[in-house]
Amino acid sequence: MRLKCPLCGDRDRREFYYYGAEDYLHRPAEGAPLAEWDNYLHLRDNPAGVLRDLWYHEAGCSQWLLVTRNTVTHEIASVELVAERAK
Amino acid sequence: MRYSGLKVLTEGLFGNKGWGPAWRDPSPKGEYDAIIIGGGGHGLATAFYLAKNHGLTNIAVLEKGYLGSGNIGRNTTIVRANYMIPGNTEFYSHSMKLWEGMEAELNYNVMHSQRGLINLFHSDGQRDYWVRRGNAMINQGDDAILLDREGVREYLPYLDFENTRFPIYGGILHPRGGSARHDAVAWGYARGADSRGVDLIQNCEVTGIDIENGVVRGVQTTRGAIRAKKVGVIVAGRSSQVAAMAGMRLPIESHVLQAFVTEGLKPVIDHVISFGMGHFYISQSDKGGLVFGGDLDFYASYASRGNLPMVEHVMEAGMTLMPMIGRAKVLRSWGGIMDMTPDGSPIIDKTHVEGLFIDCGWNYGGFKAVPASGWCMAHLMATGTSHEVARKFRLDRFATGHLLDEEGTGSQHNLH
Repeated sequence: MRLKCPLCGDRDRREFYYYGAEDYLHRPAEGAPLAEWDNYLHLRDNPAGVLRDLWYHEAGCSQWLLVTRNTVTHEIASVELVAERAK
Repeated sequence: MRYSGLKVLTEGLFGNKGWGPAWRDPSPKGEYDAIIIGGGGHGLATAFYLAKNHGLTNIAVLEKGYLGSGNIGRNTTIVRANYMIPGNTEFYSHSMKLWEGMEAELNYNVMHSQRGLINLFHSDGQRDYWVRRGNAMINQGDDAILLDREGVREYLPYLDFENTRFPIYGGILHPRGGSARHDAVAWGYARGADSRGVDLIQNCEVTGIDIENGVVRGVQTTRGAIRAKKVGVIVAGRSSQVAAMAGMRLPIESHVLQAFVTEGLKPVIDHVISFGMGHFYISQSDKGGLVFGGDLDFYASYASRGNLPMVEHVMEAGMTLMPMIGRAKVLRSWGGIMDMTPDGSPIIDKTHVEGLFIDCGWNYGGFKAVPASGWCMAHLMATGTSHEVARKFRLDRFATGHLLDEEGTGSQHNLH
Protein backbone atom coordinates (compact mmCIF):
# COMPACT_ATOMS: atom_id res chain seq x y z
CA MET A 1 0.00 0.00 0.00
CA ARG A 2 1.16 3.53 -0.79
CA LEU A 3 -0.18 6.83 0.52
CA LYS A 4 -0.15 10.08 -1.41
CA CYS A 5 1.01 12.66 1.09
CA PRO A 6 -0.28 16.15 0.12
CA LEU A 7 3.19 17.57 0.78
CA CYS A 8 5.58 14.78 -0.23
CA GLY A 9 3.67 12.93 -2.93
CA ASP A 10 3.24 9.19 -3.39
CA ARG A 11 5.16 7.37 -0.64
CA ASP A 12 5.74 3.85 0.63
CA ARG A 13 3.58 2.67 3.53
CA ARG A 14 6.73 2.16 5.61
CA GLU A 15 7.23 5.91 5.95
CA PHE A 16 4.02 6.24 7.93
CA TYR A 17 3.02 5.46 11.49
CA TYR A 18 -0.57 4.37 11.99
CA TYR A 19 -2.51 5.77 14.92
CA GLY A 20 -6.12 4.74 14.49
CA ALA A 21 -9.59 5.90 13.50
CA GLU A 22 -10.62 9.52 13.06
CA ASP A 23 -12.27 9.37 16.50
CA TYR A 24 -8.95 10.53 17.95
CA LEU A 25 -9.61 13.97 16.45
CA HIS A 26 -12.77 14.40 18.49
CA ARG A 27 -11.33 14.85 21.93
CA PRO A 28 -14.01 15.45 24.57
CA ALA A 29 -14.01 18.73 26.42
CA GLU A 30 -12.48 18.89 29.85
CA GLY A 31 -14.90 17.57 32.43
CA ALA A 32 -16.86 15.55 29.87
CA PRO A 33 -18.62 12.47 31.27
CA LEU A 34 -16.66 9.21 31.43
CA ALA A 35 -18.73 7.64 28.64
CA GLU A 36 -17.49 10.27 26.21
CA TRP A 37 -13.87 9.52 27.08
CA ASP A 38 -14.51 5.80 26.65
CA ASN A 39 -16.04 6.53 23.28
CA TYR A 40 -13.08 8.66 22.27
CA LEU A 41 -10.33 6.32 23.46
CA HIS A 42 -11.70 2.81 23.01
CA LEU A 43 -14.98 2.34 21.18
CA ARG A 44 -14.85 2.20 17.40
CA ASP A 45 -17.23 1.83 14.44
CA ASN A 46 -14.60 -0.40 12.84
CA PRO A 47 -16.25 -0.53 9.41
CA ALA A 48 -15.58 -3.17 6.78
CA GLY A 49 -15.57 -0.56 4.04
CA VAL A 50 -14.79 3.13 4.05
CA LEU A 51 -12.83 4.32 7.08
CA ARG A 52 -11.20 7.64 7.89
CA ASP A 53 -8.10 7.23 9.98
CA LEU A 54 -4.96 8.99 11.14
CA TRP A 55 -1.46 8.39 9.82
CA TYR A 56 1.71 10.24 10.76
CA HIS A 57 4.29 10.86 8.06
CA GLU A 58 7.16 9.91 10.32
CA ALA A 59 9.85 9.51 7.67
CA GLY A 60 8.68 12.48 5.62
CA CYS A 61 7.13 15.84 6.45
CA SER A 62 6.10 14.94 10.04
CA GLN A 63 2.52 15.87 9.30
CA TRP A 64 -0.57 14.11 10.59
CA LEU A 65 -2.72 12.91 7.74
CA LEU A 66 -6.40 12.07 7.61
CA VAL A 67 -6.75 9.19 5.15
CA THR A 68 -10.05 8.03 3.67
CA ARG A 69 -9.64 4.48 2.48
CA ASN A 70 -11.43 1.19 2.04
CA THR A 71 -10.47 -1.42 4.64
CA VAL A 72 -11.54 -4.29 2.40
CA THR A 73 -9.90 -3.33 -0.89
CA HIS A 74 -6.96 -1.19 0.38
CA GLU A 75 -8.18 1.53 -2.00
CA ILE A 76 -7.23 5.09 -0.94
CA ALA A 77 -9.88 7.72 -1.67
CA SER A 78 -8.20 10.80 -0.24
CA VAL A 79 -5.38 12.01 1.97
CA GLU A 80 -5.71 15.35 3.75
CA LEU A 81 -3.54 17.27 6.16
CA VAL A 82 -5.07 17.25 9.62
CA ALA A 83 -3.62 20.75 10.11
CA GLU A 84 -5.67 22.12 7.21
CA ARG A 85 -8.85 20.31 8.09
CA ALA A 86 -11.88 22.57 8.31
CA LYS A 87 -12.54 23.13 11.98
CA MET B 1 -20.52 -43.11 15.24
CA ARG B 2 -17.69 -43.65 17.66
CA TYR B 3 -14.21 -43.64 16.18
CA SER B 4 -11.75 -46.29 17.35
CA GLY B 5 -8.76 -48.24 16.16
CA LEU B 6 -11.00 -51.25 15.65
CA LYS B 7 -13.37 -49.18 13.50
CA VAL B 8 -10.48 -47.97 11.32
CA LEU B 9 -9.28 -51.55 10.93
CA THR B 10 -12.70 -52.95 10.05
CA GLU B 11 -13.41 -50.17 7.58
CA GLY B 12 -10.01 -50.73 6.02
CA LEU B 13 -10.87 -54.38 5.49
CA PHE B 14 -14.28 -53.70 3.95
CA GLY B 15 -13.54 -50.87 1.54
CA ASN B 16 -14.28 -47.91 3.84
CA LYS B 17 -17.97 -48.04 2.96
CA GLY B 18 -19.27 -47.66 6.48
CA TRP B 19 -18.20 -44.08 7.24
CA GLY B 20 -21.01 -41.56 7.59
CA PRO B 21 -20.92 -37.77 7.64
CA ALA B 22 -19.48 -36.41 10.89
CA TRP B 23 -22.47 -34.10 11.39
CA ARG B 24 -25.95 -33.51 9.99
CA ASP B 25 -26.90 -30.65 7.71
CA PRO B 26 -30.22 -29.51 9.22
CA SER B 27 -32.50 -26.69 8.15
CA PRO B 28 -33.13 -24.07 10.80
CA LYS B 29 -36.14 -24.51 13.06
CA GLY B 30 -38.33 -21.54 13.92
CA GLU B 31 -37.20 -21.36 17.51
CA TYR B 32 -34.35 -22.51 19.75
CA ASP B 33 -33.49 -22.09 23.42
CA ALA B 34 -30.21 -20.51 22.40
CA ILE B 35 -28.46 -19.42 19.23
CA ILE B 36 -24.74 -19.09 18.68
CA ILE B 37 -23.79 -16.74 15.85
CA GLY B 38 -20.53 -17.97 14.35
CA GLY B 39 -19.48 -21.53 13.52
CA GLY B 40 -15.79 -21.14 14.21
CA GLY B 41 -13.70 -22.74 16.93
CA HIS B 42 -15.06 -20.62 19.77
CA GLY B 43 -18.68 -20.86 18.62
CA LEU B 44 -18.60 -24.62 18.13
CA ALA B 45 -16.83 -25.12 21.47
CA THR B 46 -19.49 -22.97 23.16
CA ALA B 47 -22.27 -25.07 21.60
CA PHE B 48 -20.51 -28.27 22.65
CA TYR B 49 -20.11 -27.18 26.29
CA LEU B 50 -23.65 -25.76 26.45
CA ALA B 51 -24.85 -29.23 25.52
CA LYS B 52 -22.36 -31.24 27.53
CA ASN B 53 -21.92 -29.19 30.72
CA HIS B 54 -25.32 -27.53 30.94
CA GLY B 55 -27.67 -29.94 29.20
CA LEU B 56 -28.86 -27.31 26.73
CA THR B 57 -29.35 -29.17 23.47
CA ASN B 58 -32.13 -27.23 21.73
CA ILE B 59 -29.58 -24.83 20.28
CA ALA B 60 -28.31 -23.80 16.88
CA VAL B 61 -25.00 -22.56 15.57
CA LEU B 62 -25.46 -20.18 12.63
CA GLU B 63 -22.53 -19.90 10.25
CA LYS B 64 -22.56 -17.62 7.21
CA GLY B 65 -20.02 -19.74 5.32
CA TYR B 66 -18.94 -23.27 6.15
CA LEU B 67 -17.92 -24.52 9.59
CA GLY B 68 -14.40 -23.49 10.54
CA SER B 69 -14.02 -21.12 7.60
CA GLY B 70 -12.65 -18.23 9.62
CA ASN B 71 -9.63 -17.81 11.84
CA ILE B 72 -9.77 -21.37 13.20
CA GLY B 73 -8.69 -22.45 9.71
CA ARG B 74 -6.05 -19.79 9.24
CA ASN B 75 -3.72 -19.49 12.22
CA THR B 76 -0.33 -20.73 13.36
CA THR B 77 -1.84 -23.35 15.69
CA ILE B 78 0.14 -22.58 18.83
CA VAL B 79 -1.16 -23.87 22.17
CA ARG B 80 0.39 -22.41 25.32
CA ALA B 81 -0.38 -21.34 28.88
CA ASN B 82 2.39 -18.82 29.51
CA TYR B 83 0.55 -15.72 30.58
CA MET B 84 1.53 -13.58 33.53
CA ILE B 85 -1.15 -11.27 34.81
CA PRO B 86 -4.08 -12.28 37.02
CA GLY B 87 -7.18 -12.66 34.88
CA ASN B 88 -5.26 -14.16 31.99
CA THR B 89 -3.07 -16.72 33.71
CA GLU B 90 -5.88 -18.75 35.29
CA PHE B 91 -7.88 -18.67 32.06
CA TYR B 92 -5.13 -20.02 29.83
CA SER B 93 -4.19 -22.55 32.49
CA HIS B 94 -7.77 -23.84 32.40
CA SER B 95 -7.61 -23.90 28.62
CA MET B 96 -4.43 -25.97 28.65
CA LYS B 97 -6.08 -28.57 30.90
CA LEU B 98 -8.98 -28.79 28.48
CA TRP B 99 -6.57 -29.21 25.57
CA GLU B 100 -4.95 -32.10 27.38
CA GLY B 101 -8.26 -33.91 27.69
CA MET B 102 -9.73 -32.76 24.37
CA GLU B 103 -9.11 -35.80 22.22
CA ALA B 104 -10.60 -38.18 24.76
CA GLU B 105 -13.50 -35.80 25.43
CA LEU B 106 -14.33 -35.38 21.74
CA ASN B 107 -13.34 -38.86 20.56
CA TYR B 108 -11.52 -37.03 17.81
CA ASN B 109 -7.88 -36.81 16.81
CA VAL B 110 -6.92 -33.14 16.90
CA MET B 111 -3.23 -34.03 16.65
CA HIS B 112 -2.49 -32.12 19.84
CA SER B 113 1.27 -32.24 20.22
CA GLN B 114 2.91 -30.99 23.42
CA ARG B 115 6.27 -30.57 21.78
CA GLY B 116 7.34 -27.69 24.02
CA LEU B 117 7.44 -23.97 23.41
CA ILE B 118 10.73 -22.07 23.78
CA ASN B 119 10.63 -18.29 24.16
CA LEU B 120 14.08 -16.85 23.60
CA PHE B 121 15.55 -13.81 25.33
CA HIS B 122 18.40 -11.67 24.16
CA SER B 123 19.33 -9.24 26.95
CA ASP B 124 19.56 -9.06 30.73
CA GLY B 125 16.29 -7.14 30.87
CA GLN B 126 14.47 -9.72 28.78
CA ARG B 127 15.86 -12.49 30.93
CA ASP B 128 14.57 -10.80 34.09
CA TYR B 129 11.17 -10.41 32.44
CA TRP B 130 11.02 -14.06 31.41
CA VAL B 131 12.16 -15.27 34.82
CA ARG B 132 9.30 -13.33 36.34
CA ARG B 133 6.86 -14.59 33.76
CA GLY B 134 8.10 -18.16 34.22
CA ASN B 135 7.55 -17.84 37.96
CA ALA B 136 4.02 -16.58 37.34
CA MET B 137 3.39 -19.63 35.18
CA ILE B 138 4.72 -21.96 37.87
CA ASN B 139 2.65 -20.20 40.54
CA GLN B 140 -0.40 -20.82 38.40
CA GLY B 141 0.44 -24.52 38.39
CA ASP B 142 1.77 -24.69 34.86
CA ASP B 143 5.32 -25.43 33.83
CA ALA B 144 8.31 -23.30 32.90
CA ILE B 145 12.00 -24.16 32.80
CA LEU B 146 14.73 -21.53 32.57
CA LEU B 147 17.37 -22.40 29.98
CA ASP B 148 20.70 -20.65 29.68
CA ARG B 149 22.47 -20.19 26.37
CA GLU B 150 23.96 -23.69 26.42
CA GLY B 151 20.63 -25.11 27.48
CA VAL B 152 19.00 -23.55 24.44
CA ARG B 153 21.82 -24.82 22.22
CA GLU B 154 21.12 -28.35 23.37
CA TYR B 155 17.51 -28.14 22.16
CA LEU B 156 17.97 -25.83 19.19
CA PRO B 157 21.52 -26.25 17.85
CA TYR B 158 20.59 -24.74 14.51
CA LEU B 159 19.94 -21.21 15.80
CA ASP B 160 22.50 -18.52 14.98
CA PHE B 161 24.42 -18.37 18.25
CA GLU B 162 27.10 -16.18 16.66
CA ASN B 163 24.70 -13.29 16.06
CA THR B 164 26.22 -10.29 17.83
CA ARG B 165 23.34 -7.89 17.26
CA PHE B 166 20.75 -10.17 18.89
CA PRO B 167 22.76 -12.58 21.06
CA ILE B 168 20.83 -15.51 22.49
CA TYR B 169 21.05 -15.29 26.28
CA GLY B 170 18.71 -18.19 26.93
CA GLY B 171 15.06 -19.10 26.88
CA ILE B 172 12.03 -20.27 28.81
CA LEU B 173 10.92 -23.76 27.95
CA HIS B 174 7.21 -24.40 28.43
CA PRO B 175 7.08 -28.19 28.01
CA ARG B 176 3.28 -28.46 27.90
CA GLY B 177 3.06 -25.92 25.11
CA GLY B 178 2.87 -27.08 21.52
CA SER B 179 0.50 -27.16 18.61
CA ALA B 180 -2.56 -28.93 17.25
CA ARG B 181 -4.30 -29.51 13.95
CA HIS B 182 -6.45 -26.38 13.74
CA ASP B 183 -9.25 -27.60 11.44
CA ALA B 184 -9.63 -30.78 13.44
CA VAL B 185 -10.38 -28.75 16.55
CA ALA B 186 -13.35 -27.13 14.80
CA TRP B 187 -14.45 -30.45 13.33
CA GLY B 188 -14.12 -32.27 16.65
CA TYR B 189 -16.26 -29.71 18.48
CA ALA B 190 -18.74 -29.64 15.59
CA ARG B 191 -19.13 -33.40 15.68
CA GLY B 192 -19.40 -33.43 19.46
CA ALA B 193 -22.06 -30.71 19.46
CA ASP B 194 -24.01 -32.30 16.60
CA SER B 195 -24.08 -35.70 18.27
CA ARG B 196 -25.64 -34.07 21.34
CA GLY B 197 -28.44 -32.63 19.23
CA VAL B 198 -27.09 -29.17 18.38
CA ASP B 199 -28.15 -27.93 14.92
CA LEU B 200 -25.13 -26.70 12.96
CA ILE B 201 -26.57 -24.49 10.22
CA GLN B 202 -24.20 -23.45 7.47
CA ASN B 203 -24.65 -20.85 4.74
CA CYS B 204 -26.90 -18.95 7.09
CA GLU B 205 -25.86 -15.35 7.57
CA VAL B 206 -27.33 -13.32 10.38
CA THR B 207 -28.64 -10.02 9.04
CA GLY B 208 -30.30 -8.60 12.12
CA ILE B 209 -30.83 -9.13 15.83
CA ASP B 210 -34.38 -8.75 17.11
CA ILE B 211 -34.64 -6.84 20.35
CA GLU B 212 -37.85 -5.84 22.12
CA ASN B 213 -37.79 -3.60 25.19
CA GLY B 214 -34.14 -4.39 25.85
CA VAL B 215 -34.62 -8.15 25.60
CA VAL B 216 -33.33 -10.30 22.76
CA ARG B 217 -36.02 -12.21 20.86
CA GLY B 218 -34.08 -13.86 18.07
CA VAL B 219 -32.26 -13.15 14.84
CA GLN B 220 -33.01 -12.44 11.20
CA THR B 221 -31.02 -14.56 8.78
CA THR B 222 -30.67 -15.25 5.08
CA ARG B 223 -32.66 -18.41 5.82
CA GLY B 224 -35.48 -16.71 7.66
CA ALA B 225 -36.19 -15.43 11.15
CA ILE B 226 -35.24 -17.62 14.10
CA ARG B 227 -36.47 -16.95 17.60
CA ALA B 228 -34.38 -17.55 20.71
CA LYS B 229 -34.26 -16.43 24.32
CA LYS B 230 -30.47 -16.32 24.33
CA VAL B 231 -28.09 -15.29 21.60
CA GLY B 232 -24.30 -15.52 21.74
CA VAL B 233 -22.20 -13.46 19.32
CA ILE B 234 -18.90 -15.25 18.63
CA VAL B 235 -17.74 -13.92 15.29
CA ALA B 236 -14.07 -12.89 15.74
CA GLY B 237 -13.02 -10.41 13.06
CA ARG B 238 -16.62 -9.45 12.27
CA SER B 239 -17.62 -8.69 15.87
CA SER B 240 -18.12 -4.97 15.24
CA GLN B 241 -20.55 -5.59 12.39
CA VAL B 242 -22.70 -8.08 14.29
CA ALA B 243 -22.64 -6.02 17.49
CA ALA B 244 -23.79 -3.00 15.47
CA MET B 245 -26.98 -4.95 14.70
CA ALA B 246 -27.72 -4.68 18.41
CA GLY B 247 -26.81 -1.00 18.49
CA MET B 248 -23.44 -1.59 20.11
CA ARG B 249 -20.09 0.02 19.44
CA LEU B 250 -17.29 -2.28 20.56
CA PRO B 251 -13.79 -1.48 21.81
CA ILE B 252 -12.43 -3.30 18.78
CA GLU B 253 -10.47 -2.49 15.67
CA SER B 254 -9.97 -5.23 13.08
CA HIS B 255 -6.42 -5.77 11.89
CA VAL B 256 -4.78 -8.18 9.52
CA LEU B 257 -2.16 -10.67 10.68
CA GLN B 258 -0.17 -12.64 8.15
CA ALA B 259 1.21 -16.15 8.41
CA PHE B 260 3.33 -18.25 6.12
CA VAL B 261 4.04 -21.87 5.35
CA THR B 262 6.88 -23.42 3.41
CA GLU B 263 6.93 -26.50 1.24
CA GLY B 264 7.03 -29.78 3.18
CA LEU B 265 10.43 -30.63 4.64
CA LYS B 266 11.80 -33.55 6.61
CA PRO B 267 11.51 -33.09 10.40
CA VAL B 268 13.87 -30.30 11.38
CA ILE B 269 12.16 -28.09 13.98
CA ASP B 270 10.92 -30.10 16.93
CA HIS B 271 9.51 -27.28 19.08
CA VAL B 272 7.55 -24.10 18.81
CA ILE B 273 10.13 -21.32 18.90
CA SER B 274 9.55 -17.65 19.56
CA PHE B 275 12.23 -15.05 18.78
CA GLY B 276 12.52 -12.34 21.42
CA MET B 277 13.97 -9.55 19.32
CA GLY B 278 11.57 -9.40 16.45
CA HIS B 279 8.05 -10.71 16.40
CA PHE B 280 8.64 -14.14 14.89
CA TYR B 281 7.44 -17.61 15.85
CA ILE B 282 7.81 -20.89 14.05
CA SER B 283 6.94 -24.54 14.25
CA GLN B 284 6.82 -27.44 11.82
CA SER B 285 3.52 -29.01 10.91
CA ASP B 286 3.02 -32.77 10.80
CA LYS B 287 2.92 -32.46 7.03
CA GLY B 288 6.42 -30.97 7.13
CA GLY B 289 5.73 -27.33 6.30
CA LEU B 290 7.39 -24.68 8.43
CA VAL B 291 4.56 -22.56 9.79
CA PHE B 292 5.56 -19.09 10.91
CA GLY B 293 4.27 -15.62 11.48
CA GLY B 294 5.06 -12.22 12.88
CA ASP B 295 3.39 -8.95 13.76
CA LEU B 296 0.20 -7.33 12.64
CA ASP B 297 0.39 -5.10 9.59
CA PHE B 298 -0.38 -2.33 12.11
CA TYR B 299 -3.33 -0.67 10.44
CA ALA B 300 -7.05 -1.45 10.44
CA SER B 301 -7.93 -3.87 7.64
CA TYR B 302 -10.47 -6.44 6.56
CA ALA B 303 -8.54 -7.34 3.44
CA SER B 304 -7.56 -10.92 4.46
CA ARG B 305 -4.26 -10.24 2.80
CA GLY B 306 -1.31 -8.29 4.03
CA ASN B 307 1.31 -5.93 2.78
CA LEU B 308 4.81 -6.67 1.60
CA PRO B 309 6.73 -4.70 4.27
CA MET B 310 5.53 -7.14 6.94
CA VAL B 311 6.36 -10.10 4.72
CA GLU B 312 9.88 -8.77 4.43
CA HIS B 313 10.10 -8.13 8.16
CA VAL B 314 9.01 -11.65 9.06
CA MET B 315 11.47 -13.20 6.60
CA GLU B 316 14.28 -11.03 7.98
CA ALA B 317 13.48 -12.02 11.55
CA GLY B 318 13.44 -15.69 10.58
CA MET B 319 16.73 -15.47 8.75
CA THR B 320 18.31 -13.63 11.68
CA LEU B 321 17.28 -16.32 14.11
CA MET B 322 17.84 -19.46 12.04
CA PRO B 323 19.68 -18.86 8.76
CA MET B 324 19.15 -22.50 7.77
CA ILE B 325 15.56 -21.82 6.74
CA GLY B 326 16.71 -19.50 3.96
CA ARG B 327 16.68 -22.33 1.47
CA ALA B 328 13.15 -23.42 2.19
CA LYS B 329 10.62 -22.15 -0.32
CA VAL B 330 7.56 -20.32 0.97
CA LEU B 331 4.53 -22.13 -0.36
CA ARG B 332 1.86 -19.63 0.58
CA SER B 333 0.96 -16.79 2.89
CA TRP B 334 -2.38 -15.61 4.14
CA GLY B 335 -3.94 -12.97 6.34
CA GLY B 336 -6.53 -13.37 9.05
CA ILE B 337 -8.74 -10.65 10.49
CA MET B 338 -7.99 -10.08 14.15
CA ASP B 339 -10.45 -8.39 16.49
CA MET B 340 -8.00 -6.22 18.43
CA THR B 341 -9.01 -4.72 21.79
CA PRO B 342 -7.16 -1.73 23.25
CA ASP B 343 -5.44 -3.85 25.92
CA GLY B 344 -4.85 -7.02 23.91
CA SER B 345 -7.14 -9.19 26.06
CA PRO B 346 -10.49 -10.75 25.16
CA ILE B 347 -14.10 -10.12 26.17
CA ILE B 348 -16.59 -12.75 27.39
CA ASP B 349 -19.52 -10.87 28.84
CA LYS B 350 -23.18 -9.95 28.86
CA THR B 351 -24.28 -6.92 26.89
CA HIS B 352 -26.76 -4.14 27.64
CA VAL B 353 -29.43 -6.32 25.94
CA GLU B 354 -30.88 -9.03 28.16
CA GLY B 355 -30.15 -12.46 26.73
CA LEU B 356 -27.47 -11.20 24.35
CA PHE B 357 -23.91 -12.30 25.12
CA ILE B 358 -20.64 -11.60 23.40
CA ASP B 359 -17.33 -13.47 23.14
CA CYS B 360 -14.81 -11.47 21.11
CA GLY B 361 -11.57 -9.53 21.15
CA TRP B 362 -9.26 -12.52 20.89
CA ASN B 363 -6.67 -10.44 19.12
CA TYR B 364 -4.24 -12.90 17.59
CA GLY B 365 -4.36 -15.33 20.50
CA GLY B 366 -7.66 -17.07 19.94
CA PHE B 367 -6.56 -20.53 18.91
CA LYS B 368 -5.15 -21.73 22.22
CA ALA B 369 -8.18 -20.24 23.95
CA VAL B 370 -10.79 -22.21 21.99
CA PRO B 371 -11.70 -24.79 24.65
CA ALA B 372 -11.74 -22.43 27.64
CA SER B 373 -13.53 -19.72 25.69
CA GLY B 374 -16.25 -22.20 24.77
CA TRP B 375 -16.35 -23.49 28.34
CA CYS B 376 -16.68 -20.01 29.88
CA MET B 377 -19.07 -18.61 27.27
CA ALA B 378 -21.31 -21.65 27.75
CA HIS B 379 -21.18 -21.09 31.51
CA LEU B 380 -22.11 -17.43 31.08
CA MET B 381 -24.97 -18.15 28.67
CA ALA B 382 -26.37 -20.98 30.77
CA THR B 383 -26.06 -19.47 34.24
CA GLY B 384 -25.98 -15.73 33.59
CA THR B 385 -22.79 -15.31 35.61
CA SER B 386 -19.17 -15.21 34.48
CA HIS B 387 -17.07 -18.30 34.98
CA GLU B 388 -14.44 -17.67 37.65
CA VAL B 389 -11.49 -17.97 35.25
CA ALA B 390 -13.03 -15.47 32.83
CA ARG B 391 -14.43 -12.95 35.30
CA LYS B 392 -12.01 -10.21 34.26
CA PHE B 393 -12.89 -10.37 30.57
CA ARG B 394 -15.40 -7.58 31.04
CA LEU B 395 -16.84 -5.57 28.20
CA ASP B 396 -16.83 -2.40 30.28
CA ARG B 397 -13.29 -2.71 31.61
CA PHE B 398 -11.99 0.05 29.36
CA ALA B 399 -14.46 2.52 30.82
CA THR B 400 -13.77 1.41 34.38
CA GLY B 401 -10.00 1.22 33.97
CA HIS B 402 -9.62 -2.47 34.80
CA LEU B 403 -7.41 -3.20 31.81
CA LEU B 404 -5.70 -6.53 31.20
CA ASP B 405 -2.63 -5.26 29.40
CA GLU B 406 -0.44 -8.36 29.37
CA GLU B 407 2.31 -6.70 27.35
CA GLY B 408 2.14 -3.34 29.06
CA THR B 409 2.14 -1.54 25.74
CA GLY B 410 -0.76 0.80 26.34
CA SER B 411 -4.37 1.29 25.51
CA GLN B 412 -4.36 1.46 21.72
CA HIS B 413 -5.70 -1.21 19.39
CA ASN B 414 -2.68 -1.69 17.14
CA LEU B 415 -0.06 -1.85 19.88
CA HIS B 416 -0.65 -5.45 20.91
